[in-house]
Amino acid sequence: MSRRHSPTRGAHPGTDRPAGCEDRQPVMEVQDLSVRYGNAPALRDVTLTIPRGCITAVVGPSGCGKSTFLTCLNRLSDLVPDCRVTGSVRFEDRDILNGDTDLVALRRRVGMIFQKPNPFPLSIRKNLTFPLRHHGSPSGKALEEKVEQILCQVGLWDEVKDRLDAPALELSGGQQQRLCLARALVLEPRVLLLDEPCSALDPITGGVVEDLILSLRGQYTVVVVTHNLAQARRIADEVAVFWVRHGVGTLIEDGPVGQIFDAPRSERTAEYVRGIRG
Amino acid sequence: MRDAPAPAVPSLPRGGTDWADRAVTAAVWSVALLFTGVFLWIVGDLVRHGLPHLSWGFLTDAPMDAGRAGGIAPILVSTFLIVGVCLAVSLPLGVGTAVFLAEFSRGESLPARLVRGSLDVLAGVPSIVFGLFGNALFSLYLGMGFSILSGGLTLACMVLPILIRSTEEGLRAVPDDYRKAAAALGLSRTATLWRILLPAATPGLVVGLVLGIGRALSETAALLFTSGYVARMPGSLLDSGRSLTVHIYDLAMNVPGGEANAYATAVVLVTLLLVINMLTFQIADRWLHRRITRT
Amino acid sequence: MSQPRGDASLIWAVRGLAVASGGIVLLIVAFLALEAIPALREVGLRRFFTDASWHPADGADRGAFNLVPMVAGTLTVATGAVLIATPLGIASALFCRFYAPGALGRAYRRLVELLAGIPSVVYGFWGLVVLTPLIRQWQPPGQSLLAGILILTVMILPTVALLSESSLRSIPAAYLRGATALGLSRWATIRGVALPAARSGIFTAVILATGRAVGETMAVLMVMGNIVQVPGSVFDPVRTLTANIALEMGYAMEVHRSALFVTGLMLMAIVVVLVAANARLGREGRRA
Repeated sequence: MSRRHSPTRGAHPGTDRPAGCEDRQPVMEVQDLSVRYGNAPALRDVTLTIPRGCITAVVGPSGCGKSTFLTCLNRLSDLVPDCRVTGSVRFEDRDILNGDTDLVALRRRVGMIFQKPNPFPLSIRKNLTFPLRHHGSPSGKALEEKVEQILCQVGLWDEVKDRLDAPALELSGGQQQRLCLARALVLEPRVLLLDEPCSALDPITGGVVEDLILSLRGQYTVVVVTHNLAQARRIADEVAVFWVRHGVGTLIEDGPVGQIFDAPRSERTAEYVRGIRG
Repeated sequence: MRDAPAPAVPSLPRGGTDWADRAVTAAVWSVALLFTGVFLWIVGDLVRHGLPHLSWGFLTDAPMDAGRAGGIAPILVSTFLIVGVCLAVSLPLGVGTAVFLAEFSRGESLPARLVRGSLDVLAGVPSIVFGLFGNALFSLYLGMGFSILSGGLTLACMVLPILIRSTEEGLRAVPDDYRKAAAALGLSRTATLWRILLPAATPGLVVGLVLGIGRALSETAALLFTSGYVARMPGSLLDSGRSLTVHIYDLAMNVPGGEANAYATAVVLVTLLLVINMLTFQIADRWLHRRITRT
Repeated sequence: MSQPRGDASLIWAVRGLAVASGGIVLLIVAFLALEAIPALREVGLRRFFTDASWHPADGADRGAFNLVPMVAGTLTVATGAVLIATPLGIASALFCRFYAPGALGRAYRRLVELLAGIPSVVYGFWGLVVLTPLIRQWQPPGQSLLAGILILTVMILPTVALLSESSLRSIPAAYLRGATALGLSRWATIRGVALPAARSGIFTAVILATGRAVGETMAVLMVMGNIVQVPGSVFDPVRTLTANIALEMGYAMEVHRSALFVTGLMLMAIVVVLVAANARLGREGRRA
């Protein structure tokens, strides 16, 4: 039997995270968020509250602006030329869309995982230590322990402990995605943004990653974009349904997972979750 | 030029009864044969006349009797010094410019277009014009005289476009995923560049470097009036130094009876270039291989 | 776009380096112009084309500054080489791409790349000791316009061949499959589909080769005899603008030296025209 560290809730001393997401305390408050690429509007008037410790799933047909929405939450939208974001996103008592936001600090607090696993072309170890060191974290033994602890948390330790200095690109797709998750978690973010984290993986490895996401519940606030409704139903506490209206993405309904799937308020949502449209 | 992976091309139908088709086939094959023949003629001639004069002593001795006898030791040293100066200046300038073009400017922005346009012109400037420029700026205006420094700096201007283009392509070949991942982790662009992008772009940089060295080693006209003709062992970078190419030119044109040593020098030069060429192929192939296996 | 802190110095550094690299061309033009001014002022541009001969060493008043023979030399040798090298280079590219069996095509391509890497002074030397004696046996003196054209052809052929080949290679395979599916023969496919699709790339190749032919110094200097005269036949020795600079810079003084910088400016102008033509073609190629 392999030794497995079960992810322990509240593993980081000094932070008081709730054990679950029952209290629905807001962490991020999105107000009237609109995005344009050049002259083409991509997202219009999204207002949504992300509750602390919960898993919020963002679902909808392709092209409805789900991923665009996600990239606004850590200002990765800045990387896209001509991308203009308006509205406000409140996080830790600040509007992160403000020009004077410290992007390094923001992105450290709001981690992100992409659809395609994208480890750096470095060794497995360096993938974790490079970002840590850059943010001025411990070195030497403490660093080694941190690497082990985080790899255990994503269930990768037993698979890679003998080859930490091997290139990360030699790992399988699922392993790479878990390494990317570890790389984000090692910076101890409050919020994790996941952009279709399982869709580039085969069903079995996708399932492993999905279980992992579920294990983050309570300890982290998770926003996950998915086009897989069954997955949203399995893992989410809150669901936000996006739709394309007149060629522009917008939010049509959000609420607890039970409401969206069993008693949706909007006709479109009902048709979408029943698989009639979308 | 980058070796893009050749797309699977359907082989076109062969033969056929069409007379035009047959005539073109014959013509195309004869051109290829002719070209191969010329190549073998040139290389065979160099080897046949040059190899007998080559010896260890030829590489380690100083030239005597205006180059008719003796070796090319000081000329080799001068050549390497000139190339060294050229790289020491062009490398930081080239990599910095490539980083600007690939990472810190948008393709259509005015500064990027201006820099690109001026590099296109620079790439086409005849080498003798570089010679005029180097003579006016480095030798006279900046007072470096006919020196290895003047020659190296002139060549630096000349190889810059090659270096920049290759490094820029190397950077552009780095998947955007890395940039996104780095930004999402809150890494500064400086750290991303040094730790992720430049290492990943190294093959492009090395190809550019090797091509640049090749161009610098081959150059003659730009050196005639910048680094000069002096065939003595250089004592410093401010001494004049004769490059291999200038030596070949001088022996062939100005020294009756210098042919044999001109041949031998040409063999040394072409061998050097051949080794460099092979190196480029190796690196480019391995790079290509890695990019294919990864995707 | 706001940048994370700490990147400002990097951004300013690469901007500075880019400005420096981009500024070299301006520096070149500025220094050529600066050195050319005395000749342009004392001799004037017109006399470069109307004077009786080229005897620039006697000063602005008593000397003569006719560049026409050198311009004629440059134009004839470059035109001749480009005219021969273009069809041969395209044929060579076609061989590589469509006619040679796989391994042979790759080997041939490498051979062409090796030819492209041989220094011009080596070509010149080979031309001097091998080619010109052969021509001399046929039509003395051997060092001639013909020798220059032949050597330049061999030198720019790899440029045309390699660039045309990479342009042919970037044609979508679907085009070719479509033509083959129509039952067209190989040559009909090439003429009807491949060459038109690769047209702009081939133009670029020819333009770059022209630039190289105009700017080449060493090889033409060593095989063309360097007599200042408008060539009457391909067997006459001639001198090009570039060779003229290489031959006379060593001892030219004052107005003479300045006149050589005027020819440098002329060469520079030709390059700018060629690069601009190429950029224009490239834009049209993308639009088409």
